[in-house]
Amino acid sequence: MRRRVMETCFKAITCAATGIIVVILLTIIWAIAAKGWHTLSWALISQAPTGDYYMGGGGGIANAVVGSIYLGVGATLLALILSVPVILYLRVYADGSRFANLIRGLLDVLWGVPSIVIGAFGFMIMVYFGMRASLLAGIVTVAMLELPIMIRAIDEAANIIPRELDETAYGLGSTKFETAVRVIGRQVLPGVATGALLAFGRGVGDAASVLFTTGATDNVPQSIFTRTLLTHPGEALSATFLKPASTLPVAIFQLLNTPFEAVQNRAYGAALILVILVLSASILSRVLSASLGKHIIR
Amino acid sequence: MLAITTFSGLLVLLIAAALYLKARPLLGIHKLGSVILGSTWSPSNGQFGLKPYIIGTFWVTGLAAVLAVPLCVLAAIYLSEYAGPRTRAVIKPIIDLLAGIPSVVYGVWGVIVVVPFISDVLGPYAAIHWKRIPFLAAEDTTGFSILAGGIVLAIMIIPVIVSVADEVLRAIPTECRYASFALGANRLETVTKVVIRKALPGLVAAVVLGVSRALGETMAVLMVVGNNVEKLPTSVFDRAYPLPALIANNYGETMSIPLYDSALLTAALVLMVIVLGFNILARVVLLRAVREGV
Repeated sequence: MRRRVMETCFKAITCAATGIIVVILLTIIWAIAAKGWHTLSWALISQAPTGDYYMGGGGGIANAVVGSIYLGVGATLLALILSVPVILYLRVYADGSRFANLIRGLLDVLWGVPSIVIGAFGFMIMVYFGMRASLLAGIVTVAMLELPIMIRAIDEAANIIPRELDETAYGLGSTKFETAVRVIGRQVLPGVATGALLAFGRGVGDAASVLFTTGATDNVPQSIFTRTLLTHPGEALSATFLKPASTLPVAIFQLLNTPFEAVQNRAYGAALILVILVLSASILSRVLSASLGKHIIR
Repeated sequence: MLAITTFSGLLVLLIAAALYLKARPLLGIHKLGSVILGSTWSPSNGQFGLKPYIIGTFWVTGLAAVLAVPLCVLAAIYLSEYAGPRTRAVIKPIIDLLAGIPSVVYGVWGVIVVVPFISDVLGPYAAIHWKRIPFLAAEDTTGFSILAGGIVLAIMIIPVIVSVADEVLRAIPTECRYASFALGANRLETVTKVVIRKALPGLVAAVVLGVSRALGETMAVLMVVGNNVEKLPTSVFDRAYPLPALIANNYGETMSIPLYDSALLTAALVLMVIVLGFNILARVVLLRAVREGV
């Protein structure tokens, strides 16, 4: 009898602990949504801040929204360009070797490096190349942050692909390179989509790494899709990427640090936008991995 | 491909080397020991003692671990031992999704919920009732405190610890549980006497992994912890100034003071060494735990 009571109590306690955790996490989302809902408006997203914005004047945080999207997409693309060869190499050329395990270990260690340290390192590189705080410097820094997340996520997906597939490709006379690109590359595509979205979510939300590197500005980054891109690509790209940019996490931090309540309220709106952005990337990555995964040979 | 692969692997070593190179001007003048143990931070006088910041980091992280670990272990036990597949399918994604919430958002939550709660409710209560209890004495607190930082940080590391601990517990072979049931033990006895005992190294590693994440966490803590080093903290209601906050608040700005830049990068190097020390330890133990469990 006593044993049964203990057993029931224990089950109840563990269940309660799980419940508490889920409730706490959900109330955080709820608290942000409840506070940010009122200030969330199309104007907040679409307008740049005006001169007296930080004292309660008009405008929005379009500078940070657009800046964050440019930064997140740019960094994710850069990290992706670096990740894909690494994954194919680890899976096809160095499969199961000690070298591959060493690289994986080092990437795990890189994953553990605090983002503030990555930010400081990014700043050092930026200064070394004589650059100023800019979108490009931020993209490079955030790409370093995303790289281990992306590679390890896609690597997991690549490792599930059966080795017989490689053998079949070799049997048909393909070289390792053809196998890597045409066979494994195609099979790993859903993994790439999931990994990229996962890394995008992490990169877009990280404040510490962009604190020193992207700077802050009230200007919305210039669109790269302008006519000058065709005539003077260098100028067009530098007008976008070599200028400082604001990002959502940094903007939230700045808005919250102002003494005016009206301005602080906008920080809650900005936080809600950021949460929506990150959660939709995360949910999309789950949906994609479920739907794209259907055609994968296991 | 090989070149890019090697580069991606070497990146972390490159970061460490660059930090070390930048830290050398300071370490050439002051000994590393005197920088880590020095208790005055006064850049304009050429004094760069990191001790208050290192201690601040450990206070906040330690408190976060104390708050998070019991909840996490119990939740992981529930998920791996009791929960049916359908419950798991609901709870696991929620926890995973929330692990991705940006730290600045947790910081905002800390500022709107935790800080007012401490300054209006818990602080005044503690000032009257908890005077004699060590670490819990409060004098008119603003709410921005180690406690606020610890609570926010605890919530941030919960998803990490729960998911790793759950993985560790699930790696324990089911046969071990069946053997225990066959001897007449119930779930509770099986968990405490068989599963936990076997999973202990892995569970410790899960906690250490969470702690290593907490040590380097910047924004959320920076926003609620008060960032003040007038005196070394003696209570969770005191303010503190952890290492990442020191770097975030000062790096990139006042570069005119000699050695300031070098001192902040020394702080970054110290932080990185502490974090990676914990991180690598946890991963080595985990690798072994999961491999042996299977």
